[in-house]
Amino acid sequence: MKNTIEKKNKEIALVGNPNTGKTTIFNALTGLHHSTANYPGVTVEKKTGRTRLPGGEEISVLDLPGAYSLLPRSLDEEVVHDVLLGKRGDTPPPDLVLVILDANSLVRNLYLATQVLETGIPVILVLNMWDMAQKSGTTINLEKLSELTGVPCVATVGMEREGIVKLQQTIALLLADPVTGPTRFSLEPFLPDRLKTELDKIVVLIEGRLEDRPKAVFGEALRLLSDRLFRSLFFEGMKTGDLLRTEVLSVRSSLKENGIDWTSVEPECRYRAIDHLCGQVVRRTSHKVLTFSDRLDKILTHRVWGILFFIGIMGIIFQSIFSWAQVPMDLLSRTIEKLGDLAQGWLPAGALQSLVVDGIIAGVGNVIVFLPQIFLLFFFIALFEDTGYMARAVFVLDKLMKKVGLNGKAFLPLLSSFACTVPGILATRTIEDRNDRLATILVAPLMSCSARLPIYTLLIAAFIPNLHVFHILHLQGLTLLGLYLLSIGAGLGVAALFRKTFLKGNRMPFVFELPPYRIPHLKTVFGTMWDRAKEFITRAGSIIFLLSIVLWFLVSYPKDPAAQGRFMAERQQVAVTLTGEALQERLGVIEHEQKDLQLRSSFAGSLGKAIEPAIRPLGFNWEIGIGIVASFAARELLISTLAIVHHVETHGEGMTAGLIQALQKQRSPITGKLSYTPLVALSLMVFYVLACQCFSTFAIVKRETGSWGWMFFMIFYMTALAWSASFVVYQGGRLLGFE
Amino acid sequence: MPEIAPVTLDQLKAGERGIIRGYYGEEDLHYRLKELGLVTGTQILVKRFAPLGDPMEIVLRGYSLSIRKQDASKILMSQEAGTL
Repeated sequence: MKNTIEKKNKEIALVGNPNTGKTTIFNALTGLHHSTANYPGVTVEKKTGRTRLPGGEEISVLDLPGAYSLLPRSLDEEVVHDVLLGKRGDTPPPDLVLVILDANSLVRNLYLATQVLETGIPVILVLNMWDMAQKSGTTINLEKLSELTGVPCVATVGMEREGIVKLQQTIALLLADPVTGPTRFSLEPFLPDRLKTELDKIVVLIEGRLEDRPKAVFGEALRLLSDRLFRSLFFEGMKTGDLLRTEVLSVRSSLKENGIDWTSVEPECRYRAIDHLCGQVVRRTSHKVLTFSDRLDKILTHRVWGILFFIGIMGIIFQSIFSWAQVPMDLLSRTIEKLGDLAQGWLPAGALQSLVVDGIIAGVGNVIVFLPQIFLLFFFIALFEDTGYMARAVFVLDKLMKKVGLNGKAFLPLLSSFACTVPGILATRTIEDRNDRLATILVAPLMSCSARLPIYTLLIAAFIPNLHVFHILHLQGLTLLGLYLLSIGAGLGVAALFRKTFLKGNRMPFVFELPPYRIPHLKTVFGTMWDRAKEFITRAGSIIFLLSIVLWFLVSYPKDPAAQGRFMAERQQVAVTLTGEALQERLGVIEHEQKDLQLRSSFAGSLGKAIEPAIRPLGFNWEIGIGIVASFAARELLISTLAIVHHVETHGEGMTAGLIQALQKQRSPITGKLSYTPLVALSLMVFYVLACQCFSTFAIVKRETGSWGWMFFMIFYMTALAWSASFVVYQGGRLLGFE
Repeated sequence: MPEIAPVTLDQLKAGERGIIRGYYGEEDLHYRLKELGLVTGTQILVKRFAPLGDPMEIVLRGYSLSIRKQDASKILMSQEAGTL
């Protein structure tokens, strides 16, 4: 059904190197009408939208992932290659391809563009960031480029929407009357004759498999020759694949005998062809010795100032996430609480009221309370990307990250994970190498996310003495710092371990472009921030919300009618014997007792008791067990759970202070000793630093790795790590004589 | 312009130029570098080294690229006399 609708509209696809402003062109074409999904079976994002052409025709637009070459080296590039050659059943080959090129580095961008030209699909070359190229003194003769390549060329400035109308007109023209003749660009004059005759042997073998793309055969043969590790799908299949492999090997050795290096012949010849082309098209009118970017880089990548600047920037980000964001966060949580109180007044007491107040409203609250942090974080990230500073931060940090087997690009995901693991893991998409990316995803949940902070704050306030160390250092502050250092240390250590064992080696060299700096474009920055926040809300928000409702069910059921009746009778009885304040106080106590009994006999209570034997060696009682179970919806629920089981008001200002007192006084009914000692608190905090207790994280890891295996592995290793570390802290502390 | 004895890319100093002569060893990873324009005959300017000494920023074919010294050490260069 859906396919027939899609077939009616013509489809165009956007292809280009990473960082060419491909997305800004896509947005300029499609406006807000786009949707994202995954290509079936792979973890590559499929972004589609629609645009209306000047003639009124509506067409679909597909934003293919960034790629440097049609010889795939990553999943992203594999998707681009397979879609263009019509090898993906789920995505029919487009009617027209827009190749987006960064006009500032035309030569390198033409590498992929010429490969696409050779496939025989109708192409428009879109030279983006045209304004910056002109400012830097580069003149590109568009007519000449169009004449030499045989395809239309359009200059654009995606962010300013410049050239978009012209582009739409060109698309309409080309779709109405596709250029089906041969493109004028040809690599062949630049290839050694011997290579051409040898390649024909490969061409014969693959022709039949590219029937609908006959022109693409030659380029594909060239890529198969260069495919050292035989990764291409053409090498699959027992008979045809093996035959092809034998032929490719014989062609390689024959070329070697004739002095042709097959490991570099395509790039060398292609760049010779491109240099020849650009010689007729590009003119540099001015040579600035020291550009604005250079001068800025002298400071921002300076040995001293560069590092200081970076530390300063990180300070501002942390300050904003953990301090400035608190104001709107408190406001939001108070509003949610008020909303809950209002709903409680409107709805009759009963299951529905409980579902709305403690399930739905609390669930929504658990999501939106994070939004200020998420928005701030995404704002800074988008700002750094847009100005070009992000690449410099990667440049400055790469050496440090390399020491633990990661690369500079892992820094941003790990930083984001301090706010929330979900956006952190989404940010790993910029890491091209598979092993680098997997290692980063697997350790991101070890970074202490902001949901853990309320737990540290409460336990530190309750159990860590407010002492000064060496007169100036604060013991409570030091403890918090220690928890964060533990989180970073564990993350980096585990990453190093994984990269040295089962995630060894790389498929890509770690190279990245350092684009010129530019003034940020606020519309782009806010647009990017909004897109990512929306993704967070849909991905994590929906899970947190659903789990909050599941959790509500687990703590509210099963109901015990006999107990409810008993409490009801008790209430009626005190209403007769007491009046005024004494009555209110007594009713409050009954209320607490009822809540407590309800929680203890609920499913969550049973689960908490069930896991008690496993957490006893860590110093945790079954009340904490219930809190750990509740934490899977949102970690901070540990606090309200403890408040309920220890009969403390769960709403309002008094909760924290009341809970601290209750925790300090709580004694075990069996041994009579204090249930919560500083040692237990320390063990619990260490557990919360290292344990993976977040369903949203599970879901996002499953989605981004495309495998249940990695998800379960992550849950397993983190649980094992958390348990062992808490065990060492608690049992070690007891051996040293602490209680 | 007299050519000096061959060096590898990571041995060049900031501000020095050279021309790619080839690659040491045969590695699958090198192909991506070649696709990015680091082919034999390409002129390279070493712009700067990162604050901690690695990676390095090079300029080729009109754009700036960051490359790790470990990868650069596989690229054989002939150094051009004269600096920036």
